[in-house]
Amino acid sequence: MRYVVYALAVALAILHQDFWYWDDTTLVFGFLPVGLAYHCLFSLCAATVWALAVIFAWPSTIEDQVERELHKMEGGEEPK
Amino acid sequence: MTALMVIVFYLLLLLGLGVASSRFFKGTAADYFVASHSIGPFLLLMSIFGTTMTAFAMVGSTAKAYTTGIGVYGLMASWSGLIHSAVFFLIGIKLWAIGKRNGYVTQIQFFRARFESEAIGYFLFPILVGLVIPYLLVGIIGAGRVITPITIGSFPNAFEATRGGIPPWLTGLSISLVVLIYVFFGGLRGAVWANTFQTIVFMTTGVIAFYLISTRLGGAAVASERVLENAPQLAAREGLIGKGEFLTYCFVPLSVGMFPHLFQHWLTAKSAKTFRLTVIAHPVFIMIVWLPCILIGIWAAGVQIKVPNPNAVLGRMVSEYIHREWLSGLLGAGVLAAIMSSLDSQFMCLGTIFTNDVVIHHFGEKRFNDRQRVLMARLFIVAIVTFTYLLSLLEAPLVFDLGVWCFSGFASLFPLVFAAVYWRGVTKAGAIASILATAAVWGVLFYRDMILGHGSEEELLIYGMMPVTIIFASSLVSLVVVSLFTKPPSKATIDKFFLEKVSRA
Repeated sequence: MRYVVYALAVALAILHQDFWYWDDTTLVFGFLPVGLAYHCLFSLCAATVWALAVIFAWPSTIEDQVERELHKMEGGEEPK
Repeated sequence: MTALMVIVFYLLLLLGLGVASSRFFKGTAADYFVASHSIGPFLLLMSIFGTTMTAFAMVGSTAKAYTTGIGVYGLMASWSGLIHSAVFFLIGIKLWAIGKRNGYVTQIQFFRARFESEAIGYFLFPILVGLVIPYLLVGIIGAGRVITPITIGSFPNAFEATRGGIPPWLTGLSISLVVLIYVFFGGLRGAVWANTFQTIVFMTTGVIAFYLISTRLGGAAVASERVLENAPQLAAREGLIGKGEFLTYCFVPLSVGMFPHLFQHWLTAKSAKTFRLTVIAHPVFIMIVWLPCILIGIWAAGVQIKVPNPNAVLGRMVSEYIHREWLSGLLGAGVLAAIMSSLDSQFMCLGTIFTNDVVIHHFGEKRFNDRQRVLMARLFIVAIVTFTYLLSLLEAPLVFDLGVWCFSGFASLFPLVFAAVYWRGVTKAGAIASILATAAVWGVLFYRDMILGHGSEEELLIYGMMPVTIIFASSLVSLVVVSLFTKPPSKATIDKFFLEKVSRA
């Protein structure tokens, strides 16, 4: 799943270059220029991708390893 | 006058918050500088977001949209939504682990240890301070430009040149003093509390301003139709932003990886989990602030508002379309909140790196007591703020462009931190070469654009690309090539910085 999340982030970076709306002045919802609407949607997609990253690709092993190490240094037993 | 009173009341409220947070101050240097590692996820999100969104986001984005159109959102806001969180995710967590294991507080401590070099700290210190100064400058200039039109008529006899509005020099002076006072009282905890409060204030007032201005313009649809009638080019990007420019703006948000105050947050956070909320919410928060500003900027062009300097567009729109003085004052306070929430963290961070990485590093741990350390940090902060304030009195460049130059410098140092946490083979010589290459190329291009070009509205492009592309490439190539031919760090250092090695031991 981690690689899927990374692939989604790369796909978003590519989709940022929306040359298809470059000279389009159409208004979405009657007030939002389509080039701006697209990039707002992009921001929401970015938040979604990073939410997936936090859920499925968070490097918990790093946290666990550091906590275990610090616990040992303080003289405690290694937590299971 | 009512608008001014609301703004003054807000500033007094902030001072009160600084005093309140000082009641929790334990009197130690550690508590003053890192607030005893006690910042939770919500405060961290608000603090990081508040610090990142300065006058650049509110005053600068509105001004730039007024001249360059909707593409400004894609240049900075949507790229930042993707890349800031990527940096938090890929770099922030690694830095947290290294900081936690080795007890580092500042960026320079980290790099000195990683590259086994005292000298690197002395190279980095002036460069980091030199890059933070434009960041502070953006805030002080932006504040001045917004408050003048909002307070027109307050003192007609005293300030004739600004038609009775508070002149920029006085606004800059006032907010610098207010931030200095609450930071001095509360240290990092005071800054984080004030940041959280101010982030809530500027996000709320931004949405209110957007609603009121759009209503006064006859609704958002009518306002946008007027853009299509009078300035249709601003509703698209053709002829205003090049495709190479749009693409290479992606390098600019990498600056978050090297901002000293964010670096410090990562090194000293209570837990890596506290970053989760920031990683997810950051792109949405950016959108909430930037979208209204971009629309207000293009609407200003649509209704053919004329301003002597685009930096004044936001203040002019507020004064033109919001006729209740107390509301204008509230919105002015909101803009100041965005600006001051950046200044406080920057002030704190400068004081911390000066005390820890220059003074204590040079004279030793035992030479100064806690009280003396805090005093030295404060004196250094006052010196930098005074210098920046004096710079702000010179002719003001476009806030957006000055901000981009500042971010470009930090972004070009990004290869350094990336290599430090991912590449065992990066060397001290490679790191120093990268820092020097960044400083030299940034200095030359900045001089060409902002000094020789007098910070003109036209952006400096090199073969259609942003200057950051060239500076970043110089930094990266120097780092890699020199590292490949010089002596790598010792095994002991690698073990300190790379977790996998420790787990196998």
